[in-house]
Amino acid sequence: MTLLLNDEQRMLRDSAQEFLAARSPVSALRALRDRRDERGYDPELWHEVAGLGWPAAVLPEAYGGLGVGYKGLGAVFEQVGRTLAATPLLSTVVLGGGLLTESGSAAQRDLWLPRVAAGEALLALALEEAPRHDPTRVALRATRVAGRWRLDGEKQFVLDGHVAERLIVVARTAGALGHRAGLSLFLLDPAAPGVRVERTWMVDSRNAARVHLEGVQLGDEALIGPPDEAFAVLDRVLDRARACVAAELLGVISEAFERTVTYLKERVQFDVPIGSFQALQHRAARLYVEIELLRSSLAAALEAADAGRADAATLASLAKARASDLSEKALNEAVQMHGGVGVTDDLDIGLFLKRARVLQQTFGDGSYHRDRYAHLRGF
Amino acid sequence: MTESDTFRAEVRQWLEANCPASMRTPITSADDMVSGGSSISFRTEDHRVWFEQMRDRGWFAPGWPKAYGGGGLGPREQQILEQEMRALGCRQPQYNLGIWMLGPVLLELGTEEQKLEHLVPMARGEVRWCQGFSEPNAGSDLASLRTAAVRDGDDFIVTGQKIWTSHGDKADWMYALVRTDPQAKKHQGISFILLDMRSPGVTVRPIELISGKSEFCEVFFDAVRVPARNVVGGVNQGWAVAKKLLEHERAAMSRFSEGGAPSLDALATAAPYLVGAGPVWRDRMAAALMDQQAFELTVHRLRDMMLARQDVSGLSSIMKLVQTEQESAKYELLQQLMGQRGLSMEGDGFSTDEHAVCRLWLYTKSYTIAGGASEIQLNIIARRVLGLPT
Repeated sequence: MTLLLNDEQRMLRDSAQEFLAARSPVSALRALRDRRDERGYDPELWHEVAGLGWPAAVLPEAYGGLGVGYKGLGAVFEQVGRTLAATPLLSTVVLGGGLLTESGSAAQRDLWLPRVAAGEALLALALEEAPRHDPTRVALRATRVAGRWRLDGEKQFVLDGHVAERLIVVARTAGALGHRAGLSLFLLDPAAPGVRVERTWMVDSRNAARVHLEGVQLGDEALIGPPDEAFAVLDRVLDRARACVAAELLGVISEAFERTVTYLKERVQFDVPIGSFQALQHRAARLYVEIELLRSSLAAALEAADAGRADAATLASLAKARASDLSEKALNEAVQMHGGVGVTDDLDIGLFLKRARVLQQTFGDGSYHRDRYAHLRGF
Repeated sequence: MTESDTFRAEVRQWLEANCPASMRTPITSADDMVSGGSSISFRTEDHRVWFEQMRDRGWFAPGWPKAYGGGGLGPREQQILEQEMRALGCRQPQYNLGIWMLGPVLLELGTEEQKLEHLVPMARGEVRWCQGFSEPNAGSDLASLRTAAVRDGDDFIVTGQKIWTSHGDKADWMYALVRTDPQAKKHQGISFILLDMRSPGVTVRPIELISGKSEFCEVFFDAVRVPARNVVGGVNQGWAVAKKLLEHERAAMSRFSEGGAPSLDALATAAPYLVGAGPVWRDRMAAALMDQQAFELTVHRLRDMMLARQDVSGLSSIMKLVQTEQESAKYELLQQLMGQRGLSMEGDGFSTDEHAVCRLWLYTKSYTIAGGASEIQLNIIARRVLGLPT
């Protein structure tokens, strides 16, 4: 395996960097927040992103995909983290597109994947029900009634849920809360009777919806994959999403760190740049070390996802745990080292802090993934 | 078949014929690590055979010219030899600070006389070398060293003390930094000399550490005569020579650790003690294993970058810090997980693992101090990599 990008992936990264710096700098997120944008993302930006081929990056070529893999897409996510661009890339492509590619029927794939690849349709995954990530804590029930399915329950933290054209709902068709067995996936039109989607405002100025289902009627054609057996594919797709979130976190962390180091060189107190103080130098050096360790872990996780290797899950947990923990430390340090100005809204550092915290909780934080890693390593 | 394919096949064939099977297994203790010199000893006959075969082939120093006892191989051939030895799992036939650290410097800066006098016996494994850099008052601030060398006719007279000299008690020769001009600025009055440890006036005393007996020694010089021809790179030019020598340190250290400097597998050692220990210990263990894996992947990435000829100056600056801190933290964790059973270094009533963990927990405290303390590594990262002002 190689932990470096190939030429094609490097080109994708460079074009993402150039495009986002010009088209969606941090000020774009700030503007989105200040106008309390109802959608929570910029459709024009998304249209242009689609033109660059990002949504097609990991989809099968038969559906208009480019097949540059998660290493390539991860490099894009890292750049997204650097400018805090608000796009539905994770919800629509990695989660929605990923699940339909893995388990969707021919009809579902033919209908949705080309539209996902072209950036025309948005999808969202309705999974979480508890305050903290756990894909087995699913109580929302789908029961068999007269040859059809009836869905009742609630979901929260559904990323891009209020703008998605279709929701993928994780429902319990058998087993008890906390069981892996007995989970099923349904493709749901949010306009269907009995569905209520409520937009919420997360601290990072992006959106996540609460979804209420009451007596929602679906036929078998809405099932994605066989009933009761969705956990394995769900966890596999979640692992790719975890790696992509870790990549975005690496971008958030790196950008905030570089801005902080610049500040340490410029800010003068006691007649010298504060970066000349060893107390601050060593803290900055420690962050640099941790960033490099994260970069290697992440590269291995993305590489394993592309190769479909058996250790992809272990490596996804390694990357997501390190990214989550480091983001907490690095962003707290970034705020602290900026001093008073660091806690003002004028400075962008606060926006990086907020995005980092939302991403930390997205699909498992450090403690979740250390526990999972221990399971996977057999102790 | 290309030329290098032919060479590879020859090397493979020779190694298979000459490396005994027992020399193709990982080493299990420091006693398996043979160093050359007058105090050489072999635990097994196989090891003696392997040592002598490699010596006679000139492959202790495969890249040196044959005139200086080397194998005369080019860079590509050396790489093939290393790859084939790794592929067959061949042990290092000897661990030799002289060949790995001093040799390259003598090849570059030594006089013809010095090369012939020192490289040839070095390449035959006949002389064991030690390093005399640190002093009681010159640790992290190495350039403040005070061991004096005063010119007297064709000799220098050396008086002073070195400390933390690994295997000083077993070495035949020492390469050392001494002060030849006490009036000059501290980096400018230093010379790099070669000193025969059997000279009158040299006294060596092993140091006992918190973990017990160690390879570290103090070396005292009481008016030791060193011929002026044993100065390398010119009088008062020693600091530059030492910097050159330290460029070879990382490669040398990786050879030492490749041979497997004694280290325990964290999870295997911990497993019996994790049973029933509860979720907090499970979490701490997972965190330690994740740190270890992240470091291994970073070693992998560093290698990928070097092969791709990318700039590795930033990444390589973190390696010593991370490796030594992790190794130390690993034994800290194992010792605490074992509880009171991890608090005995000797005697009955404890397992071999328990004794080893206790000893290594104490011994690895030296890792983050020796060879550039962690604080020095952080200074280097902050100033050279991040460009923070001094």
